[in-house]
Amino acid sequence: MKVVLQNLTKIFPSRNKKSGEEVVAVNDFTFEIPDGKLIGLLGPSGCGKSTTLYMISGLQKPTGGKIFFGDDDVTELSPENRGIGLVFQNYALYPHMTVKQNILFPLQNLKGADKLPKDVMLERAYEAARLVQIDELMDRKPSELSGGQQQRVAIARALVKMPRVLLLDEPLSNLDARLRLQTREEIRRIQKETGITTIFVTHDQEEAMSISDMIVVMKLGVLQQIGKPQDVYDDPANLFVAKFLGTPPINVFSGEVKGGKLYLGEQAVLDVAGVDDRKVTVGIRPEGFVPDANGPMICDLSNVEIMGRDVSVVSKHAASLNPQIRSIVDADCRISVGDATVRFTLKPHKVFLFDTETEERIRF
Amino acid sequence: MVDSKKSWKAWLYLSPAIVLLLIFTAWPIFNTIRMSLLEGYNAMSAVSGVKFNFGFKNFVDVINYGDFLTYLWNTILLCFLTVPLSTLLALIIAVCLNAIKPFQRLLQTIFFLPYVTNSIAIGMVFAAMFNMVGNNFGDPNELVITAGIINNVIEFFGGERINWINVGSSYAANMFVMTVYIVWNALPFKILVLLGGLQSVNKQYYEAAKVDGTSRLRTFTRITVPLLSPMITYVVITGFIGGFKEYSSIVGIFGAKMGPTGDPDRLNTMVGYIYKSLSLQPGRASAAALILFAIIFVVTLLNLYISKKNTHY
Repeated sequence: MKVVLQNLTKIFPSRNKKSGEEVVAVNDFTFEIPDGKLIGLLGPSGCGKSTTLYMISGLQKPTGGKIFFGDDDVTELSPENRGIGLVFQNYALYPHMTVKQNILFPLQNLKGADKLPKDVMLERAYEAARLVQIDELMDRKPSELSGGQQQRVAIARALVKMPRVLLLDEPLSNLDARLRLQTREEIRRIQKETGITTIFVTHDQEEAMSISDMIVVMKLGVLQQIGKPQDVYDDPANLFVAKFLGTPPINVFSGEVKGGKLYLGEQAVLDVAGVDDRKVTVGIRPEGFVPDANGPMICDLSNVEIMGRDVSVVSKHAASLNPQIRSIVDADCRISVGDATVRFTLKPHKVFLFDTETEERIRF
Repeated sequence: MVDSKKSWKAWLYLSPAIVLLLIFTAWPIFNTIRMSLLEGYNAMSAVSGVKFNFGFKNFVDVINYGDFLTYLWNTILLCFLTVPLSTLLALIIAVCLNAIKPFQRLLQTIFFLPYVTNSIAIGMVFAAMFNMVGNNFGDPNELVITAGIINNVIEFFGGERINWINVGSSYAANMFVMTVYIVWNALPFKILVLLGGLQSVNKQYYEAAKVDGTSRLRTFTRITVPLLSPMITYVVITGFIGGFKEYSSIVGIFGAKMGPTGDPDRLNTMVGYIYKSLSLQPGRASAAALILFAIIFVVTLLNLYISKKNTHY
């Protein structure tokens, strides 16, 4: 089921009546989520990603704009009539019911023509449980399950009604690091197997990048960029997106373009034909540095961290806006810690220029 | 653990509490047990040096006392009428209160007022509502000044007035008045506890139920009640304990004679019996107190057992 958001806006009235300041949680969102894909809503806390998810679920009413599932306008529909499955951040499993009762619960709510016979309900519950691999745990209480198992139960409960759209609010935030890795692959697998359009919210860019078909990057209620993870990473629309994606994060410098060359301080580090002379903010991905004895960029070497597969070089540069520059280079490049400086050439497609005021991308 | 060398300090800090507990809790309990086992005990003879026989005669006397079973029956009947009724009503009111946002605080305060008002005073107001003033009522040439608000309302709707609490009133009418009064009196505390419980229930359970398309009734029976079950258990147990100690509410309606005029002691309870025999037969009063304690103990255990079977987390 394709999901379309049209000029979606959510304004929360101010809590403090005197100041009267409203909070625009979601500001004029318009985008389309293609059918059967896994989409990550990504942004720092307070960017409106959860609000967007709750508006899609119907638990929150938008202040303006419309939501479509396929061609149906669902903006005015209540959650139970939208055909969604929602997994809450803390799972919200009913603590007094067993796993089986929890999964059966949405089915037992069906009324009238949709009412199912008992054996069909049970079969569907077991089917959902098998899909998330918890059919062994059907008679346990939620309190007797680990965090990861509770998560699976919550997903099974959301899937058992065969929703048109599956929504997950911060699905991995309550899990430990190892389980997180495992669970995100699990979510990917379940989404692939069911083919249900799935939207999940996360503040962890790695999580979003690793499993999503598409990511939607937001900041302070405003849509920043939408696209395939690799495309967004390789071609960020602005400085915020460039900074938000990638570990280690992008290195940011203040630079200047003069005569088609990019200067960091006094060093002309890259040819940037086609850009007018101006001051710019420069972002260079850690993997954009290539150690080169004759390279144009000269940095003061601080430290070299061996990671086996590759090497992380920590250095300093006068034009850098971060206290340190972190670059990831091939382990074959022998850089000795004793050296005072390290020289790099830059990979042009790993270097992004941004306007110093608007922080919008300047393409070259 | 506290270092043994320093433990005297701990005892020192605890001593005010311990001394008070010994004087006002431990000694009275011990003394009650002692008095209940001394045959024909009374304070005057004790002072003058009379030695009492040791035995269970007081208990036998209490159980063989003509009206004791009536008192016990009154107590149990009041408990089983008022506790379920007040709990159910409190639950419904608490859920309704929790659902409305405007004036919630104000309504909460109004519902809580009976709790901070003297129960004898309220009892007198209730008595006035049910009381008939005049004479010869029941007689064809009756002279009635007022039949009480409740009877006025009944007559307004075309019903016949009922003799609730006056001379010649029926036991059922008396019990009805007592039930209404005790339930009304018990509501505030129960509402307070259940409302507190409701407000601490995670709202996401309700959001989850909403997404799942749960009807309101089903949300109440399958989610609210089970999640509130610890509070309900608490309210029922304290309700039973309070119910078995029912006394002042009857004084409030019927006065110290514990029944309508002409039939004193008809509504007397266990605690009423204890007070009645306290001055002249303290041994019997002590025995009755211990019997009451045993009953409450068993009922509470039973409550806990049942609630454990029905509370799941």
